[in-house]
Amino acid sequence: MQPFSYKKAGQADNAVALVGSDDQASYLAGGTSLIDLMKLDVQTPQQLVDINPLPLSKIERQAKGVRIGAMARNSDVAYDALIREHYPVLSEALLSGASPQLRNMASVGGNLLQRTRCYYFRDPAFPCNKRIPGSGCPAIEGYNRIHAILGGSDRCIATHPSDMAVAMVALDAVVQTQGPNGGRSIPLVDFHLLPGNTPERETVLQHGELIVAVDLPTSNFAKHSHYLKVRDRASYAFATASVAAALDIQNGIIRAARLAMGGVGTKPWRAHAAEKLLENKPVNQTTFQAAANAAVAGAKPQKYNGFKVELAKRTIVRALTTVGEMA
Amino acid sequence: MRLRFKRRRFGQIAIATSLGTILGSLRSQTQSQSASAQSPNSSSIVDVKLRVNGVEHALKIEPRVTLLDVLRERLNLTGSKKGCDHGQCGACTVLIDERRVNSCLTFAIMHTDAAITTIEGLAQGDNLHPMQAAFLTHDGFQCGYCTPGQICSAVGLVNEGHAKSDAEIRELMSGNICRCGAYPNIVAAVRDVLGGKQDAAI
Repeated sequence: MQPFSYKKAGQADNAVALVGSDDQASYLAGGTSLIDLMKLDVQTPQQLVDINPLPLSKIERQAKGVRIGAMARNSDVAYDALIREHYPVLSEALLSGASPQLRNMASVGGNLLQRTRCYYFRDPAFPCNKRIPGSGCPAIEGYNRIHAILGGSDRCIATHPSDMAVAMVALDAVVQTQGPNGGRSIPLVDFHLLPGNTPERETVLQHGELIVAVDLPTSNFAKHSHYLKVRDRASYAFATASVAAALDIQNGIIRAARLAMGGVGTKPWRAHAAEKLLENKPVNQTTFQAAANAAVAGAKPQKYNGFKVELAKRTIVRALTTVGEMA
Repeated sequence: MRLRFKRRRFGQIAIATSLGTILGSLRSQTQSQSASAQSPNSSSIVDVKLRVNGVEHALKIEPRVTLLDVLRERLNLTGSKKGCDHGQCGACTVLIDERRVNSCLTFAIMHTDAAITTIEGLAQGDNLHPMQAAFLTHDGFQCGYCTPGQICSAVGLVNEGHAKSDAEIRELMSGNICRCGAYPNIVAAVRDVLGGKQDAAI
């Protein structure tokens, strides 16, 4: 691992000033993604600013929802009583990701910023447009079973690996940041970028901008929600396809719907067209199947991941069926 | 019974033998690392105080040294194992402020204010921790390499209080890989301790 200098930040202002003033500096939160990639020489920051001491770990009820501090650990969010009761999809998504040890370390902010599991990205022996812009994408011509069928470009087809972010994007989460030029609120659906011609840019964050919290608004659908993850083994694996589904059902009719997918898109994938097809429709398999078809309508499968199209559809139907059967 | 006894003896011999091999390679690793440690400028070495198993240690290390490497190579606490070194196998699991974490994926310098517990810190004198005793009772291992991580992880699982069934034990122990496949016996050991059975003592 490359050497680096290390500073602990006790206050967010201080952390932002330290990272904002040094373009080779990075924040260090739970470390489960960053340290892994530093060992692989995929990320080589020259200075780390440790933000673990920042007082940003609270999960609080607010007038219009819940605010989750950026340094709240994945396990604490997953088992939090407020989250379990009001946003079950988020608790389920978190518990389906990583392992208990990693969840005890990984932060909410860090989870949103975790890097892809594309094996070409993770191995500096290969070219990768995300790592070295313009160097090429071996995944497009190579072994691409784990790659995206939605949102890819001719520069990059890497999936976003998070489960948490898929649940949050379905819940209309809003990311709160603090940066060298002040703070802002960013709807999570606009937070991650499609790869396009610049796959090295993954989010709208500016250098030095720090995630301080994620807000989950109150809604009529969040309580009736579910996360279904399909993977190559029963536990402790990244999603081959996953679905976050939430429905507001009144008298057998869907009044509001939220649907998002993981493991198939280059960012946490909100299926807006499918949601529109669900709204004001009866709760039945015909409705769900139509939504599933719409969700993958623009899919561009690669040589080895064509199965993800059908898998995503079936995962959507099953997740929606589960939510439809909730009392 | 005899068969089990023999297997355990065999396991102990195998562990001792592999320990010898590991210690040998550790010596050469430490030497090569101290050589490479001279290439970055010496100002990158910083003072770090760590509290491990109730004992304070004052160390001079680089910020890039993981907690696992400090435990094994500086403090001679070689119970915590380096398996994958990427947070995927769980062999390095320790408890930080009673929470289980992968010590390979965290820098030692991040934990100056914490209470770190390794497998060496679980027993009280000659009395094994109930989880250690349960692993012996149930033969929760074969080669033993993953065992310290399994036991620390299982202690963390009990602290967390979320596992109620065998299925939940399996799910919440999934961060610890056992190459020998001793899973059924590991689940039995954890189940005993969760159930408050004290007959785990050998």
